[in-house]
Amino acid sequence: MDLTLKVWRQKSAKEKGCFETYKVSNISPDSSFLEMMDILNEQLIREGNDPVAVNKGCKSTDPVAFDHDCREGICGMCSLYINGRPHGPDNEVTTCQLHMRKFKDGDTITIEPWRSAGMPVIRDLVVNRGALDLILQAGGYVSVNTGGVPDANSIPIPRDSAEESMDAAACVGCGACIATCKNGSAMLFVSARVSSLALLPQGKIEGARRAKAMVAKMDELGFGACTNTRACEMECPKSISVAHIARLNREFLLAKLKD
Amino acid sequence: MSEKLISKIPEGPLSSKWTEHKAHIRVVSPGNKRKLDIIVIGTGLGGASAAASLGELGYNVKVFCISDSPRRAHSIAAQGGINAAKNYPNDNDSVYRLFYDTIKGGDYRSREANVYRLAEVSNLIIDQCVAQGVPFAREYGGLLDNRSFGGAQVSRTFYARGQTGQQLLLGAYAALNRQIHLGSVKSYTRHEMLDLVLIDGEAKGIIARNLVTGEIERHGAHAVVIATGGYGNVFFLSTNAMNSNGSAAWQCYKKGAFFGNPCFAQIHPTCIPVHGEQQSKLTLMSESLRNDGRIWVPKKKEDVEKIRAKKIMASQIPEVDRDYYLERRYPAFGNLVPRDVASRAAKERCDAGFGVNETGLAVFLDFKTSIERLGKHVIAERYGNLFQMYEKITDVDPYKEPMMIYPAIHYTMGGIWVDYNLQTTIPGLFAIGEANFSDHGGNRLGASALMQGLADGYFILPYTIGDFLAGKIQAPKTDINHPAFAEAEKAVNEKITKLFAVKGKEPVDYFHKKLGHIMWDYVGMARNEKGLEKAINEIRELRSEFWKNVYVPGENSEFNQEVEKALRVADFIEMGELMAMDALLRRESCGGHFREEMQTEDGETLRDDENYMYVSTWEYTGEGKEPVKHKEPLKYENIKIATRNYKD
Repeated sequence: MDLTLKVWRQKSAKEKGCFETYKVSNISPDSSFLEMMDILNEQLIREGNDPVAVNKGCKSTDPVAFDHDCREGICGMCSLYINGRPHGPDNEVTTCQLHMRKFKDGDTITIEPWRSAGMPVIRDLVVNRGALDLILQAGGYVSVNTGGVPDANSIPIPRDSAEESMDAAACVGCGACIATCKNGSAMLFVSARVSSLALLPQGKIEGARRAKAMVAKMDELGFGACTNTRACEMECPKSISVAHIARLNREFLLAKLKD
Repeated sequence: MSEKLISKIPEGPLSSKWTEHKAHIRVVSPGNKRKLDIIVIGTGLGGASAAASLGELGYNVKVFCISDSPRRAHSIAAQGGINAAKNYPNDNDSVYRLFYDTIKGGDYRSREANVYRLAEVSNLIIDQCVAQGVPFAREYGGLLDNRSFGGAQVSRTFYARGQTGQQLLLGAYAALNRQIHLGSVKSYTRHEMLDLVLIDGEAKGIIARNLVTGEIERHGAHAVVIATGGYGNVFFLSTNAMNSNGSAAWQCYKKGAFFGNPCFAQIHPTCIPVHGEQQSKLTLMSESLRNDGRIWVPKKKEDVEKIRAKKIMASQIPEVDRDYYLERRYPAFGNLVPRDVASRAAKERCDAGFGVNETGLAVFLDFKTSIERLGKHVIAERYGNLFQMYEKITDVDPYKEPMMIYPAIHYTMGGIWVDYNLQTTIPGLFAIGEANFSDHGGNRLGASALMQGLADGYFILPYTIGDFLAGKIQAPKTDINHPAFAEAEKAVNEKITKLFAVKGKEPVDYFHKKLGHIMWDYVGMARNEKGLEKAINEIRELRSEFWKNVYVPGENSEFNQEVEKALRVADFIEMGELMAMDALLRRESCGGHFREEMQTEDGETLRDDENYMYVSTWEYTGEGKEPVKHKEPLKYENIKIATRNYKD
């Protein structure tokens, strides 16, 4: 496949960015999207090092910075808007699991970083998602120390609750829900953690405190409000349901009522 | 044997060693813990659980990871499960049986005392994780469910769908987050350790690079814990994450920590086969699939040809023409033989010309029988996410056609040598999880990596590090203006400057791929003397070519992923050489280390217990000098040494 790529280039958080256009050729449809990015980068490195380069029209010949790690859809490190959609045109996958067979020969593909106030650009396609850690640090846990806990089977949990908790716990923390939200809301991310723990007896005990602390931190960090457009659910690579937002709202309201 | 290689295995009967040891090691009072600083490198299961537990105890902890969040560590990708000797299914499991299976699975090349302790604390891990809210799979009665894994005849594996590693890591990460919130742990994300700092022979801190700004930083402590995982990415193509690397461990080696069993690397039998030259990594299909999937190739060569030419589909081949070769060769364990055995069996069939894809390097993993027996919905419930992942990558629906799989590098049993206290040969430097060599011998059993990472981090290191730190309660804070820090920082800066200065022609990946080819061809699933000698020579040539011809664009004082890679690949090249040297000198076959010269008539591994029942540990002696090999003899007092038998 031969493709034209419009890629967002931005040297640092402080500098202005712009789109640059590159061409890549002979891409196998079985390659993953990030392997295609590897090929682009190898080409850029060779051209940056070669005075008679093919893509001399481009201002930026440094390789494109992008986040990635496990390349099997579980670590949540990869991101990218691809043709305007977080994680690209395929459903229920992260960018690293997107394959080139989802595109056509000759396509032009636009590649941008997550764009949201809560996740500023570090370089090119890499953004700072440190705020997500801060929200979880505010209360996304069960307050138990190591050791001195009861036998695992002394806490029976209905299978359906465990399964539903697992559905929410599948969140990989990639930030696609925030990136796609017109309000830049982190509600799906926050609700996945709150809901996953609220569904289990171990997590229920401090459910109210957790919901309040995490929502307060989310607001403090400047994430927007949820207006129920459900875009987050559409783009979530792990199909986390907005039903968890409803559970978060209930937990939060109950907590506030008790105040 | 070097005088530094003292394993410190406690005296007394096996089953009371750990209890007795714990009872007699020193502890640090709460008031003194507040004065002691610990650096933890890495935030996978080992690092996150250690940092959280040490923070809970009251130490001042600094934790470092190379990703944007501790949760990205590669433990997250472990799929199948975690072992424990709970015996919930009433199938006669016990601490002893888990211990025995692990020693046998490791082909009698791991320490009895360490493995017994691992089996002993395994049950605590499950309790801990449940208390944290890890959503393990459950039965309708509300109790925990178990499944089977390779190398065991009992069901002792706890799981959370195909995402067990993710859920366990999120548990440890949550515990870590709680400590960060409480202020006992400080988290440094997007930071990479580039050197270890020794003062008077003790580990006192690190030099780290801030990966966002390129700034080189000094961090001091009373002890340093390495939890940076394995070095499987030496092979370029592996199931490891792209950023997983061995550099932190390698810097420790170069500062004097002995390196144990570098040649012991695990090749996982069920990975999606290589599709082409542009491929960047290999994807694992969980071993749990072997509970319900059956591995086969066609019996007839003409069927192989037709499948390769895509003239027929695998599902069209009748039962009588299928060779379920694992069930044929190993009737007692069938498809659930250990990983090294399953990998070699796949290679044997493919070498014999029965490989089922265009490259001839693939076998089938088929769920037809299980779907007929249990129904599609049960299979979907058990492995749904894995099936979806397979289909996304290959464009083939595994409910209809069998998966194609082939072995790939997955895990390294070798690592930094540690004593019973998980302390390396450098006082104050500890190594935990995959980064150390200790528990898996020549081959790791499935669902045991998660167990080891969490055992070390939650329940072993927090005790043993206290014994060391009890001697430091009057030691002042480490002064980062000490000349040792300046010297280490200077060396790091010089290395980086040197990399940029090469200004050669080839990108870093070019060298990494080349190294990977050498390693896979000669230091992979089958090794022999000539090949290993060739590998050592080729790696040495590659190393000199790297330093003459690598091109690292940009500069150090910026977010620069190429310089990150260049530093890691420079180390991978050196590690590859040590792996090959170690493999060359181990003239026996054991576990994942298969020397072609040493095999039985039917192609099984042939150990040489008389000459090789030891841990080979390597001491760095300086740039350009040959490292020195030391031996830690292994003693088996509680287990009868036998040839591994998975046939009957």
